[in-house]
Amino acid sequence: MSLTEESLARAALRSRNLMLGAALTLIFAGAALISFLWVPYDITQLDIANKIKGPSGAHPLGTDHFGRDILSMIMVGARTSIAVALVAVGIGMGLGVPLGLAAAAKTGSLLDEVIMRGNDLVFAFPSLLIAIMITAVFGASALNAIIAIGIFNIPVFARLVRGAALSLWTRDYVLAARVSGKGAARISVEHILPNVTNLLIVQGTIQFSLGILAEAGLSYVGLGAQPPLPSWGRMLADSQTMISFAPHMALFPGLAILLTVLGLNLMGDGLRDLLDPRLRRGAR
Amino acid sequence: MLRYALKRLVSLAISLVVASVVIFAMVEVVPGDPAAYMLGINATEETLNALRDQLGLNGTLLERYAGWVGGMLRGDFGTSYTYRTPVAEMIGERLWISLPLALFALTLSTAIAFPAGIWAASKRGSLVDTSVMGVTQLGVAIPNFWFAMLMVLVFAINLRWFNAGGFAGWDAGILPAMKSLTLPAIALALPQASILARVMRSSLLDTLGEDFIRTARAKGLSKRQALWRHALRNALIPVLTIIGLQFSFLMAGAIIIENVFFLPGLGRLVFQSISARDLIVVESVVMLLVFAVVMVNFAVDLAYAVVDPRLRVRA
Repeated sequence: MSLTEESLARAALRSRNLMLGAALTLIFAGAALISFLWVPYDITQLDIANKIKGPSGAHPLGTDHFGRDILSMIMVGARTSIAVALVAVGIGMGLGVPLGLAAAAKTGSLLDEVIMRGNDLVFAFPSLLIAIMITAVFGASALNAIIAIGIFNIPVFARLVRGAALSLWTRDYVLAARVSGKGAARISVEHILPNVTNLLIVQGTIQFSLGILAEAGLSYVGLGAQPPLPSWGRMLADSQTMISFAPHMALFPGLAILLTVLGLNLMGDGLRDLLDPRLRRGAR
Repeated sequence: MLRYALKRLVSLAISLVVASVVIFAMVEVVPGDPAAYMLGINATEETLNALRDQLGLNGTLLERYAGWVGGMLRGDFGTSYTYRTPVAEMIGERLWISLPLALFALTLSTAIAFPAGIWAASKRGSLVDTSVMGVTQLGVAIPNFWFAMLMVLVFAINLRWFNAGGFAGWDAGILPAMKSLTLPAIALALPQASILARVMRSSLLDTLGEDFIRTARAKGLSKRQALWRHALRNALIPVLTIIGLQFSFLMAGAIIIENVFFLPGLGRLVFQSISARDLIVVESVVMLLVFAVVMVNFAVDLAYAVVDPRLRVRA
């Protein structure tokens, strides 16, 4: 470990936000991973005799109206939430980053203008509204939810990368690369991209948490993952009519969403402070 | 100033045209014939054709698009496939719930966020600051429909202060109507207030670090005077941006929150229309909401120019 890596690691350990956020995120990511191998109860098995039971030794978070174990449902639901949000971020980065790099490389060109105005347009629209429209038209499914959320991630990353890349293009090492005969595409990939990864990690974390919230909202209104695929939003929708006598059914899935999003946000904040040296010095 | 406004006006028009094309195209790709849907399987080709004519479904893509947009410009939003009533009427009724709800939430959010953000910034690093930041961190992470459900559990089911859902109607008087909008407005406002308070705080902190604040302090102004007289106005630009963006979140968020509280607003209308495949309603409501959002953002852009004279020159 080099000296800077070591001090970075030490700073990371000292950052309370980062540690708490990473811990929360790991818990839910871990739960999702474990659910592939093992869950306390099979969630496809209905157990009507044990329906709507509060938390107990056998069912730590209680059971739902079909007698399914809520802990198991939350573990499997974590997969849906995380998968949808992760792929949506992937779409946003996969398309947004090249667009942003291209716009910055040819700043002021028609390409730049088209990309940025297109971005403004997508930004101006209420994303959830268009997501609802997309799922309404193409049918409600986890896949369409991913696409709907992903589309709105594209301008976020494009704009971020373009802004950062513009200032990098004025650096001496980019000039040196140009003098040595490298083309714009090669400079973008070899010199610009590595220098914006920090920003991408931070923004990726934030978009990830927004994606989880959006997915929960869409599946709550029935436009996200469809049964039998469990999802946190769907669980909350199911619990709504029973909230007066089975509040635990509403409490735990909601807490799962809250804690996951909180964890990701804290981690995002912590990473930003850590990876942006300017902020790190300012904080002390 | 005029040039700036004109420039914004052009981009506003472009946004609306592109949005309408996208919305129209999306609905066009949906398979199925609304006329066949409305008349059932026993309809003859003749009656089907007559109805299609009446609904404006015959004709080229361009004609239909022009018909839709032209109609909307005249206030004619078409006829609902399922209810057979003019969409404009349906929207009109429900707008009187959704719009007050959004404004109520926006007012609440600003009323909470401004003092919280200013207070936190003026006492940076204090317990107040830490608490505001902690609470807002939670507020940003909480799904608002879940928060709404919890409020129903506490304030409607247990304490019985409010109804769990439904709308009293404006005929019942302002107060009962506002009362049925209170919990939904709080649910909508909480995440927005949290974001806004954080933006207010950080923007104010940035401004407080500027040279002109040091000058103001050197001139003999107290910290408080410098904040209220010089920093606040300068810190408002990012705050205004966020308020403008939040309007779109409020409109979209209202769709989900209206479903939690069974409020017969535009959001419920969109959902009922989606499940009934009544796409003409979906199309028109979405376009209307997009229009509202674009207009608000336009207003915000103009407000910048008022707050910050430099923008007028630069444009």
